[in-house]
Amino acid sequence: MTDDTAIPRGAPLGLIGCEACGLVVEHAAADASCPRCGHRLHARKPDSVTRSWAYLLAAFILYLPANLLPVLHSKKLFEEWSDTIMSGVVALWKDGAYDLAIIVFTASVVVPLLKMGALALLLVQVQRGSSYLPRERTRLYRILEFIGHWSMLDVFAVALLVALVHFGALGNAEPGAGVVAFGAVVVLTMLATMSFDPRLIWDAPRTPARRASDRPPT
Amino acid sequence: MNTKDGATAPMRIRTDLAICEQCDSVHQRGPLAAGEAADCRVCGATLYRRSRLDVDAMLALTLGALIVFVLANVAPIVTMQSGGITTRAWLLTIVVRAWDHGVGPVAAIAAGTVFLFPLAQLTLYLFVLRAVKRPTRSPGFVEAMHWLRWLRPWSMVEVFLIGILVSIIKMSSLARVTAEAGLWGFGVLTILLTALSTFELRELWDAHDD
Ligand SMILES: [Zn+2]
Ligand SMILES: [Zn+2]
Repeated sequence: MTDDTAIPRGAPLGLIGCEACGLVVEHAAADASCPRCGHRLHARKPDSVTRSWAYLLAAFILYLPANLLPVLHSKKLFEEWSDTIMSGVVALWKDGAYDLAIIVFTASVVVPLLKMGALALLLVQVQRGSSYLPRERTRLYRILEFIGHWSMLDVFAVALLVALVHFGALGNAEPGAGVVAFGAVVVLTMLATMSFDPRLIWDAPRTPARRASDRPPT
Repeated sequence: MNTKDGATAPMRIRTDLAICEQCDSVHQRGPLAAGEAADCRVCGATLYRRSRLDVDAMLALTLGALIVFVLANVAPIVTMQSGGITTRAWLLTIVVRAWDHGVGPVAAIAAGTVFLFPLAQLTLYLFVLRAVKRPTRSPGFVEAMHWLRWLRPWSMVEVFLIGILVSIIKMSSLARVTAEAGLWGFGVLTILLTALSTFELRELWDAHDD
């Protein structure tokens, strides 16, 4: 029976895989650079957990103004109103654009929250030295990396709307502070995800027996 | 197993091995057929792959994407009709308008993620793919590859595309908005950029080494 835990890991063997180009280097000195691409070699991203938390906390704080402040002020005839992200979704829904309403709601409300929550969970578990479901946690990280930039959708939509309304002289539309806060949340969450080092998930000691039921990948 | 003395042994390159970037497991490298990928047995991440496309095909794809990029920017994205007035809007003029009307930071992000970064990406691809084809090592290859790695997560043409669709719907009560050739251009560009990103940068590093 082959078990995952039988596969050696790089760090104890003195092997480092270059983060930039993938080259495997043996016995690298503490401050060595990759002989192929010149990137600094380190077994783990330096200060990964601290940097990731810093970006994530900043994103959490800005998430409030991003959702509470209006993203759009507009004036149509004598009527003035302000749109937050949520009221924009509701308006799309009332217009009958259910599919787009669902897309915007998912991309701007659900995904950012889930992303920040998931990353916080990953960070807490790494700090506690948890060895719980490492494979699933790594997959979660891969999903976070993949969907990160989609939350920019509403930011683009608002900027486009403002620009187009002025372009066509169709009325008055000005962006609210919420849209800048929202863009910052997306960028900060992306930076937090990039700073996290998924290899830390696997650094906690594991017991072979618990993973015996794992199906071997083909 | 871990008694090897790392302090005194000389640094050595191990081209026979691959290390998973997500879980640090060490794997033996083996040959791959075109279109195949080697996955980490521990965490399931891709260790390395061989693209279905060779370097010449990638070059053709990059050139095609550059042409589409130019067309998508030269052609208007949308036409707006309201009260007998027809206005056409191009990507860059929209970005300038957004800048003028107080969405400065957002306009800057849009200009970067939709215009500058994809353009830089395509130009750099052109450069590194040509470098890989040359028998000698090319100066600037290493720098270009690092730039490509940094730019990759910040290219958001596909998100912008859906953003345009959302704003068109939102504007439907104000004006008749029709999609123009530029919008279709960005659609094609999204597909070409996605195809290009299936080519792992690590594959290019290895190809340049040989
Ligand atoms: Zn390297
Ligand atoms: Zn792995």
